[in-house]
Amino acid sequence: MTVRTPAFLAICLVVGAVVFGLAIYAGNDYVFFAGYVVLQYVVLSTAWNILGGYCGYVNFGTAAFFALGAYSTVAIYKFTSGDDATLPLAVPIPVLMLFGGIVSGIVGLGMGYLTLRLRGAFFSIATLALAVVLETLVVNWDYVGGSRGAYVIRPEEFPLIGGYVRYLFLSMLLLAILSIVIARMIERSKLGFGFATIRDDELAAEASGVPTLRVKLIATTISGALMGMAGAPFPYYIGYLQPDSTFALDYAVNSIAMPLIGGTTSWVGPLIGSVLLGTLQQVATVTISSAVNLLIVGCLLVGFVIIAPNGIIGLVHTYLQRREDDFVGRRHVDADVPGAVP
Amino acid sequence: MIFSFDLLINAIVSGILIGGFYAAVTSGVSLAFGILDIVNIAHPAFIILGSYVAYIINATFGLDPILTSIIVTPLFYVLGAGIYQIYYLSFEKRGQESLRGLAFFFGLLFITEVSLVLYFGVDYRYVNAPYIGPTWHLGDVDIPLRIMVPCVMSLVLIGVLQFILTRTFIGRAIMAVAQDQLALRLMAIDPIRIKRIAFGISIATASLAGALLIIIQPVEPSVGRQYIGRVFAICVLGGLGSMPGAVIAAMLVGIVESLTSTFYGPSWAPAVSFGFLLLTLAVRPAGLMGR
Repeated sequence: MTVRTPAFLAICLVVGAVVFGLAIYAGNDYVFFAGYVVLQYVVLSTAWNILGGYCGYVNFGTAAFFALGAYSTVAIYKFTSGDDATLPLAVPIPVLMLFGGIVSGIVGLGMGYLTLRLRGAFFSIATLALAVVLETLVVNWDYVGGSRGAYVIRPEEFPLIGGYVRYLFLSMLLLAILSIVIARMIERSKLGFGFATIRDDELAAEASGVPTLRVKLIATTISGALMGMAGAPFPYYIGYLQPDSTFALDYAVNSIAMPLIGGTTSWVGPLIGSVLLGTLQQVATVTISSAVNLLIVGCLLVGFVIIAPNGIIGLVHTYLQRREDDFVGRRHVDADVPGAVP
Repeated sequence: MIFSFDLLINAIVSGILIGGFYAAVTSGVSLAFGILDIVNIAHPAFIILGSYVAYIINATFGLDPILTSIIVTPLFYVLGAGIYQIYYLSFEKRGQESLRGLAFFFGLLFITEVSLVLYFGVDYRYVNAPYIGPTWHLGDVDIPLRIMVPCVMSLVLIGVLQFILTRTFIGRAIMAVAQDQLALRLMAIDPIRIKRIAFGISIATASLAGALLIIIQPVEPSVGRQYIGRVFAICVLGGLGSMPGAVIAAMLVGIVESLTSTFYGPSWAPAVSFGFLLLTLAVRPAGLMGR
């Protein structure tokens, strides 16, 4: 059963509307606060998976792209509000997302150019390096707050929906839908096959005429742009942005763990992984502590890559396959020895 | 900028000393990444583990941190050999080391770090030893023993590693594993066993490196993260798997970092090693003394 992209988009929008409706029905703004973070991880892990899962290039620099989006918002905020920081928001969130996406996309492209000769581990290490270089630049850039951090004042309300956090939640929900639709489109396109050939054997792909360089650049750009878009509303969510926490490795480990736990080969994997793990973390943060929730992520990540290398999707697939085999097997026995059953 | 010759000399000397210490931190990665092609991104976390072992023994028994680290080296070796066994069975054997192997070590990094946080908290810990206080003054140049001793120990460590790699049977087998596993098999040597030993040695160096780290500066669990990039930068810059290359690259990075923090301020220093790394990767991926 294949669903065309417009139909899929419609289904996603309906599901999104239901999610939003349920969140409003819950009647507690905390749901929006926690849900925002989960949705943010849906976007980050889907974006990571476009490069990591489809192409096989492990990006440790999620935090860098995320923070780029966040800091481009801060820069715009400072620019529009000038010295008078009490001025309410003038730039709508989707526009900020667009800006964040463009900035991160450009950096993603540059990153691709810089590292295109590197394969596997070198690329990963280079992304890690990029994160630290960018952090150092931000720390030393006073306009966006430097190491002191920057305050962004969030408006109290948004027309029609109510609390501002609901507006942020809704924006992130739409972005999550957008990223899933993009990931699914890539998966089913010629581009997606190009990605898969690079993942399986880059040399062979190059030899059989896949323009690996261009394909990789497209992947780094899309992946980076989506991560930046996820970061753009973050300053409004958190209220106070500080380099240490924005560039934290936590984003990197989460955006790697979620697709790997869900399954990296299709858009469903990161979605399952991020919803499960994101919710689990929100619960763990409230009930236990935020240090423990990183420990949980670490253990799950290690456990899954060792025991279930293809993630939850892989497990389900094997289970279905086995059931089918059992079924077929039994029929064979019946066919081979008619009347042999006592 | 006010230029002072004094400051310059001091910055270079302390850069060389710190660089010597970086060489110890890098040696393990150089062995695992450069020779075995195992991207052990969790290596700095094991170094922090080494620091904490030195700290615990030093705080309870008052034993010298360096001596402690040498005593516990076999434990780290066993830990390393064990980790390699898991790594081999779950990733190398299935041919999945690139994506999932990396994620595995990334997970280990977090498990080690968060466990330390949960057990010891995020307070800075330090050790006591007679050589931590004093400083030698040679004319205008100050040489704090706190950095001098780790530098010397680190060079000793590198010397021992180089000796093992080039002069002993096991060492030559390790170098051979990097070149041709099949040929090694034909010589009736089990490449997996050799790799296990090599990875054990790689993690074993983290014990001493950790003790040296906690002598140089107070340590808390997330300090290791600063070393991830630095270590790989030095490793790549020096040419994968080359110990002398690693020492030269380490001192180079040490000097440049020290000059940057003296003349431009410490907040710019982290970018130096990473900038170096990005530049090396883009311009000369084989490193200074690449094989």
